[in-house]
Amino acid sequence: MKAPLFLLLAIAAASFAAPLVGAVAGIDPNMVDLLDRLSGPSLMHPLGTDELGRDVLVRLLGGGRVSLVIGVAAALAAAALGTLVGLAAGYLGGWTDRVLMRGTDAIIALPLLPLLIVLAALDLHKLGLPERVIQSDEISVIRIVALAVLVGWTTAARLVRGATLVTRNRDFVRAARSLGAGVPHILWLHILPNVLGPLIVATTLSVGDVILFESVLSFLGLGVQPPLSSWGSMLSNAQELIATAPMLAVYPGLLIFLTVVACNLLGDRLQQRVDPAAASRRWSTKKNRRAERGGERAPGPL
Amino acid sequence: MIRYTAIRLVEIAAILVLLSFIVYALIGLMPGDPIDLMRSSDPRMSAADAARLKALYGLDQPLLLRYAGWARQALAGDLGYSRLFSVPVWGALLPRLGNSLMLMLPSFVLAFALALGLGTAAARRPGSRLDAAVNLFCFAGISLPTFWLALILILVFAAGLGWLPASGIATAGINDAADRLRHLVLPVATLTLVSAASYTRYVRAAMREALAQDHIRTARAKGASEARVVLHHALRSALVPVTTILALSFGGLVSGALVTETMFGYPGMGKLIFDAVMGNDYNLALAALLLAAAVTMAANLAADLAYAWLDPRVSYR
Repeated sequence: MKAPLFLLLAIAAASFAAPLVGAVAGIDPNMVDLLDRLSGPSLMHPLGTDELGRDVLVRLLGGGRVSLVIGVAAALAAAALGTLVGLAAGYLGGWTDRVLMRGTDAIIALPLLPLLIVLAALDLHKLGLPERVIQSDEISVIRIVALAVLVGWTTAARLVRGATLVTRNRDFVRAARSLGAGVPHILWLHILPNVLGPLIVATTLSVGDVILFESVLSFLGLGVQPPLSSWGSMLSNAQELIATAPMLAVYPGLLIFLTVVACNLLGDRLQQRVDPAAASRRWSTKKNRRAERGGERAPGPL
Repeated sequence: MIRYTAIRLVEIAAILVLLSFIVYALIGLMPGDPIDLMRSSDPRMSAADAARLKALYGLDQPLLLRYAGWARQALAGDLGYSRLFSVPVWGALLPRLGNSLMLMLPSFVLAFALALGLGTAAARRPGSRLDAAVNLFCFAGISLPTFWLALILILVFAAGLGWLPASGIATAGINDAADRLRHLVLPVATLTLVSAASYTRYVRAAMREALAQDHIRTARAKGASEARVVLHHALRSALVPVTTILALSFGGLVSGALVTETMFGYPGMGKLIFDAVMGNDYNLALAALLLAAAVTMAANLAADLAYAWLDPRVSYR
């Protein structure tokens, strides 16, 4: 548990401290120096410079900030949305449950990447968003987070629904209800705490997934746009220079890899703490009904 | 069972109809418009010409009417013309489908073979050094950005050692099987490594569950050899959940592997869908997306049915 957590914290701390370090060392991540392009490691630039003479290390750390923010924001938002859906489906039951769960099933059954490409390529002008929003630097980040949430909420929804179904007729919930507790009170105070553990595990795991997802979108040119940069966009830029400066592609990939491995390991260890039985179940499919497949998507090749 | 299958089929049809409408509407929201594109590339075209063309193609009609028109034609088997490739949609789709199968099928088989071997070996000795190594392989595989792995493979085997071609499907002018095979090696290796990692986790979990069952102890007590216990007794019950995963992954055969195809310049379904969406090729994008969705959902249904068929304890109402 400690090693992956430590690794994650180290990467996050370095990424968020990057602007400070850059300012102290007098390095601007966007400072172009055409006379000092693609140079090797030096004291001034520990990892060398890129095709525009920008410092690779500072840019990597700055890119990490964008990647991590996207990963955490999307994972949290997806968990929140999924929790709402799961609570509604599980507690209200009946038609609400049926409709919501059919919707979830449908989303899980679809080939997602091609559909996401369509969504990622939409013309925001035609959606009627205000110009100020479309022109802002962060729009590409917001778009990725929105897409990741759109795919990612199903896991949380299934988890929460399952736990709600189990909990809602337990004695302590019935007691609360008979004492006149309102629905929001019961959901928030009596049902949600029971699913918090698995929910935290799922969210941790999905941070890694989102970071991978962001890198794929960026790789396809649909991700983070300049002036912002993320590990994914740095990696796809570096691809054109693969013959002359292979290390430019190796660094961001390595950081993505380390971060995602850390998230996955952390999630796995957390799961062993929270629910040792579920930890061994996570990769098994010994669940007889489709509805109980736990929102696990078939491992699709990319 | 028949009732269950029928309900599921109706559901799939309903989702496809809904999806086709959503995608149809979404494609209308993409940047660019075919007629505007024509206009910008032909200065002699006037606004009146553009309006006439829009009327000719029905682009001035409301969305629902246009969709209904498309749906009527599609149901009659006419998917229209691909603007990007200037051939009927089926003509653009089928060769790519063939390419995709050629890429995905070997990776699929290899990944499963690898997963069965590694997963079984790891499950036999939980906690051993081998188990830890397999676990590491799994974690690495699911955490690796596919295109980065592809990049590294290209760097090492194509750019560095020069053993294999980095991209394409065949060398221009050469038309033999060996050349095509050489072009397949790196993309297949990429896909195999990435998917083997997640398959292995499933196999390992299933095998561990299977090996813990009572009939395994009985088999050992009867003096069955270790190979017979593992291969005959345990593997059989472990294969039930694994088959489900196998069927679930089948959809990928048709939707392709966009990232890998892009990295290796391989003309498969993933790249086709991507190019069609990006190039405003309505007809092709719709047809390809719906085909991919239909096959994926059919594979999901097959997975559920296979599960019930293999494990008699499971029944669907």
